[in-house]
Amino acid sequence: MTDSAARRRVGLTLQLLGWALMLFSPASLPLTGNRLLALVFLVSGAGSLALGLVLNHGYRVRAVTARIIRYALLTLGMLAMMFPFYWMISSAFKTSPEMNLFPPSMAPRNWLNFDNFVIAFEKAPFARYFLNSILVMLGSVGVTALTTILAAFAFSRLEFPGREVIFSLLLSMMMVPFEMLVITNYQTIVKVTLNDSLYALVLPFISSIFYTYILRNFFQSIPSGLYWSARVDGCTNWRYLWKVMVPIARPSLVTIILLNALASWNSFMWPLLVIKSDLNRTLPFGLYTFTTEAGANNELLMAASSVVVLPMIILFLIARKQIIRGVARGGIKG
Amino acid sequence: MQVVMRGLTRHFGATRAVEDFSVTLGDGELVCLLGPSGCGKSTVLNMLAGIVPVSAGSILFDGEDVTGLPPEQRGIGLVFQNYALYPHMTVMGNITFPLEIQKLPREEREERARAMAELVHMQGLLSRKPRELSGGQQQRVAIARALVKKPRLLLLDEPLSNLDARLRLEMREEIRRIQQETRVTTIFVTHDQEEAMSISDRIVLMKDGHLQQHDRLQELYNDPSNQFVADFLGNPPINNIPGKIKGGRFVTVDGSAVRLPGMEKLKESAAVNLSVRAESFLVEDGPDEDRLTCRVDSVYQTGKEEMAVLHYGGHGFRAYISSDYGLKKGDTVHLGLRGRGVFVFDLQTGERWL
Repeated sequence: MTDSAARRRVGLTLQLLGWALMLFSPASLPLTGNRLLALVFLVSGAGSLALGLVLNHGYRVRAVTARIIRYALLTLGMLAMMFPFYWMISSAFKTSPEMNLFPPSMAPRNWLNFDNFVIAFEKAPFARYFLNSILVMLGSVGVTALTTILAAFAFSRLEFPGREVIFSLLLSMMMVPFEMLVITNYQTIVKVTLNDSLYALVLPFISSIFYTYILRNFFQSIPSGLYWSARVDGCTNWRYLWKVMVPIARPSLVTIILLNALASWNSFMWPLLVIKSDLNRTLPFGLYTFTTEAGANNELLMAASSVVVLPMIILFLIARKQIIRGVARGGIKG
Repeated sequence: MQVVMRGLTRHFGATRAVEDFSVTLGDGELVCLLGPSGCGKSTVLNMLAGIVPVSAGSILFDGEDVTGLPPEQRGIGLVFQNYALYPHMTVMGNITFPLEIQKLPREEREERARAMAELVHMQGLLSRKPRELSGGQQQRVAIARALVKKPRLLLLDEPLSNLDARLRLEMREEIRRIQQETRVTTIFVTHDQEEAMSISDRIVLMKDGHLQQHDRLQELYNDPSNQFVADFLGNPPINNIPGKIKGGRFVTVDGSAVRLPGMEKLKESAAVNLSVRAESFLVEDGPDEDRLTCRVDSVYQTGKEEMAVLHYGGHGFRAYISSDYGLKKGDTVHLGLRGRGVFVFDLQTGERWL
């Protein structure tokens, strides 16, 4: 009894020592400048920790260790994901000489240096691009939401001959990659002389088979008893759709709308093809031309990029839970 | 409202869900549509509601032909097994929804909803959402929603199947009470014979899309029109002993014979079932030609009576026997048959001979 208690105490001490050594090893690098020494610290720390765990493997100790390791890995992952974002935003506040420092500086000297934004906005009509992007996004998202809701309702609730056949045909269209449609879409847009206009950016994206499919699956999971109760009470299809189905499907709808908004905001290839004039460019396209115009001024580019991604990041942060819930639900059904 | 169904038929492709179904229901009655799963009872209900179109036949509500009318013009209330409440609306929102469609002013809507909530004992929970209610409470709300627009006919499709046993008993009585207070003609679909017996004025028994019998419970039990009706009702199930009619007697495969009044008129050598309810046996003191001589296989205590498993004519059957006789396993006993609960059915067609 006393033997095992003593062993446990030694084990715990070894563990703490191991953690301390491991945490100290990266700090020792700038202190001593000796890489080998840091490695020795790291390895001996890990060894001491492992020995400590063997000597003292109580449940609590193991659980705590597991949690520390888990969070350490997650933190590493998070840093890897966040760093490019951080780099973009911090660079946007750097001056040109700061940008060219080597080794690069981790933070701008002045976090309130908005010069780059001002210069970027002067050099290219980013405000106009921004407006264009928002108009295109609102247009395509709004009409897509409407067509998706109506089509999903028809394919899930209404009965008409050939319903399943038409729906499978639609689904098979999903297999055709967008790149193949680009040519015919381009020809159509040119024929109706809408090229080089914002309409050309909205028109090909006012319906989505994929979102219709997701929403139809959700609509089908709503019990038919609701529909018939409403019908017996004199509710029309139209009213039932907007009063009952759409409110119930709100999480799915929000996800669809957000994903759609994201796709619209980031779309690049299509605007590149159909837009010629500077004033009709959207943000990603504008940013692309700005890269060539700004040349080596990376800090201006970073400032412009920050402006482009910011709205989507804000949107995502607001609707994060809804998106995850909606995607998870759609995934289970699909 | 009086409901008349005449030759009602519904085919789904090649399958015949309901075939030539004719029933008349009186005003203010509570009728159970009873039958095993897949017998077409829900299809009948859906045809009455206008959800499923009629293939042939007609439906009359108080003499008015409603066969071709869309659901909303029939004046019916519907309650489903899964309650079908609108999950995003409160109890109040659910109950007022039918009135909202009729564009009644808000005050009248809420007043009528409150009266309905009181009827179903839900007045304190009007601001709850359906997911915050128990199954029984949800079903009460569903009933209130179906009744709030004062339908001429209330249709309940297995409304208690999703509830646990205790709630089911409670809701059974509640539905009975609500129906008696409102006197709305009600059709209640169920596959549970006990539920049907306890709740309804009359029972419509169905099988394979055909009407079997439409009558009061006692008539169904004591005077079944065929083998299926006799088998479906009663617990324990009726005892069926197969045999043949020979010389005015019922003879089993091993030659045991019994003579019952009326048997002399039956067709000679017809294959039949002698069907006897467990409570229709009497213990006699000796053999006779109208008695069954049986061997006792086992005896269970069921309280004031004993349930004996007996052996006769190569077949086992169950009988309630007074414990006064002190039957034991292996005894031989002579059983007479009461006048009630004893039938002879055709073995093939299930038709009743006696």
